[in-house]
Amino acid sequence: MANKQKTTRILIAGFGGQGVLFVGKFLAYVGMAEDRQVSWLPSYGPEMRGGTANCSVILSDDPIGSPIVDAPDVLIAMNLPSFQKYQDAVVPGGAIVLDSSLINEAYARKDITYFALPATQMATDEQLDGLGNMILLGKFLEACLPTSGELIQKALAKVVPAKKEHLLAANQKAIALGRAHQG
Amino acid sequence: MAEKVLMKGNEAIAEAAIQAGCRHYFGYPITPQTEIAAYMAKRMPKIGGVFLQAESEIAAINMVYGVSAAGKRVMTSSSSPGISLKGEGLSYLAGSDLPALVVNVQRGGPGLGGIQPSQADYFQATRGGGHGDYHMIVLAPASVQEMASLTVKGFDLADKYRMTAMILADGTIGQMMEPVSLEVEPPKVYEKPWALTGTKMARKHNIVTSLFLQPEALEKLNIERYARYRIVEENEVMYESFQMEDAEICVVAYGITARVSKNAVTAARAKGIRVGLIRPITLWPFPKAALAEAATRVKSFLSVEMSMGQMIEDIELATRCKKPVTLVNRVGGMIPTPEQVLSAIEQAAGGDR
Amino acid sequence: MIVAKRPNSLTATPTHYCPGCTHGIIHRLVAEAIDTLGVEGRTIGVAPVGCSVLAYNYFAFDMIEAAHGRAPAVATGLKRAEPGNIIFSYQGDGDLASIGMAETVHAAARNENITIIFVNNAIYGMTGGQMAPTSLPGQVTQTSPYGRDVTQCGYPIRVCEMLSQLEGPEYLTRVAVNSVKNVNTAKKAIEKAFRNQVEGKGFSLVEVLSGCPTNWGMTPQAALQWIDDAMIPYYPLGVYKDRSAKEA
Repeated sequence: MANKQKTTRILIAGFGGQGVLFVGKFLAYVGMAEDRQVSWLPSYGPEMRGGTANCSVILSDDPIGSPIVDAPDVLIAMNLPSFQKYQDAVVPGGAIVLDSSLINEAYARKDITYFALPATQMATDEQLDGLGNMILLGKFLEACLPTSGELIQKALAKVVPAKKEHLLAANQKAIALGRAHQG
Repeated sequence: MAEKVLMKGNEAIAEAAIQAGCRHYFGYPITPQTEIAAYMAKRMPKIGGVFLQAESEIAAINMVYGVSAAGKRVMTSSSSPGISLKGEGLSYLAGSDLPALVVNVQRGGPGLGGIQPSQADYFQATRGGGHGDYHMIVLAPASVQEMASLTVKGFDLADKYRMTAMILADGTIGQMMEPVSLEVEPPKVYEKPWALTGTKMARKHNIVTSLFLQPEALEKLNIERYARYRIVEENEVMYESFQMEDAEICVVAYGITARVSKNAVTAARAKGIRVGLIRPITLWPFPKAALAEAATRVKSFLSVEMSMGQMIEDIELATRCKKPVTLVNRVGGMIPTPEQVLSAIEQAAGGDR
Repeated sequence: MIVAKRPNSLTATPTHYCPGCTHGIIHRLVAEAIDTLGVEGRTIGVAPVGCSVLAYNYFAFDMIEAAHGRAPAVATGLKRAEPGNIIFSYQGDGDLASIGMAETVHAAARNENITIIFVNNAIYGMTGGQMAPTSLPGQVTQTSPYGRDVTQCGYPIRVCEMLSQLEGPEYLTRVAVNSVKNVNTAKKAIEKAFRNQVEGKGFSLVEVLSGCPTNWGMTPQAALQWIDDAMIPYYPLGVYKDRSAKEA
């Protein structure tokens, strides 16, 4: 997975409020900064208010056809229902980045790679409450989508609104934690 | 080139409308298009424009009617159930030959239906949407960039032909984000001597009406209007042709299903199947000539739609049923997958192997 | 010496109204108000669906014909497009108080700076005499042949009283055109309703109790008398809201 593919289809899924769409937006900006084609498609409707939310992101060197990610190269699973729902959808040879603080279930597949880290717990330990999503994102970037620190800064600057600039450092720290995580 | 920005399809429509010189927006909240209203609510007061949340979709389209009669660019947006309510106003706009831009970000129906994407308002849009003989120019964007560019185009066509232009999108294109360039040429200004600007005591009064009690007069107006529609049909058809040069199977799809179909066509080509795609960008006027021409070359057509089979009728009409047309569809808010379309292509290809 | 002449704001087109109909008087009062204020060149009128659907042929300023009940929304659009123009709608009771009630109430609630001339003759005229939202209890019409039965059809709506409960509107008044005295009062009210708009004061509605001898099945004189005897007791004349007067 470490080499960059021509097209990467990413599905990010979790509870509404976990920052699913935010992670998706960040990835879209990474793609844009690299001059790649990108698409970002959220699930929408009442399920977004407290239910499960998901977001399809495609980064590609070619024009993107359907923006819907039914068979992700990588699933970023932020909660158990998402893990259960989408584990089987991941393409053979693909990967799942998951929050083992919230997902404590046996891995069913031998043909994909699991990158597990207790992101929610790590966030709490580091006083980064609510940034478990960014820790998972860091892990994803390290394991599945090699991205330079400079690019990460660039995308973060785009995705964190100007009036929330004070959150930049915390987000950076969370991503760094995820990138540094061993296991 | 201006830097691309990441935007939702709905937001791209709103910003493009502003760039196209629209300063009046009237709407009523309904999923999945509310971002358009929200964007307008934020932007219009800062640029001296008008955003007004109307008491109903009916009121909104009639406010549009008023602004358009005053000679200014104006728009409203809604989703399927709300467009039904606007049907009356659409008919009056047509009957009074007033330009306007109306956006339908379709959701599943009928009735209250659902909120997930759909293309089931094809008949309603391409056949006018309200009572009486008339057409709207119907534009079907398949990307966020086209949400912007076709909005600009829609305003221009509306003014040029004194018609309503409808952006017929769906929940997916409305909700998705893609990089979009909002570089827009300065809008062309059309003379509107018919507009209600006040006589300034310098001319006879203008009257905007769709009422003509003399049947002879009303017939004449209808015929004149359709002569104008013929010109639109001759000059304004837009479609994209993808891998059609040597195609034996022609997939026809618009909007989000065209994107799904493109994946399927690419996958089928990789398997050696000679298949191409015609993507209507204008649904009215429909690319009849392109399809009639394709019918002389291909063995069969597939109509990929998120409806129980609406566009398929236009394909059959355009090709005079010369070649079989198979419907490939999902409905109710479900979206066909590339695999579903690929399998239909394979089936079509296998038929004569 | 000219004693009387056609107001500039009226065209020379003969109207299609029935003998004894009071629309003609109300048209003239509107035209005189526009002339007096000197705003003919920037006035745009909105005609309704109903007997006055062809009003656009009779007024000399720019006119638009709206869908049934939608005139306040169309007027809102015209006003928002060019706030310096003087925009009014001219609507009957079916148009304003039945099918277009939502548009009426919300334009009033927004204090939209427009003028509405509301002609209440307690019947649908153009379609041939059906029950209106303002038809009186017991009133015989084509669709209430045994008289308006309030247990089935409910009670007639008093528009001025209802709208007066809103914070929004500037001026609400009810007048009649069935006597010289009442016409004079109506003239002043209509002029004030337009002046309010010129001065930017906001939503002004004049309800005009009007006669419909044809569909009431009466002579013109009897119709004028019926306004006094039957309508005014249910729809009392007077000013229901005048914010500026209150503040002054």
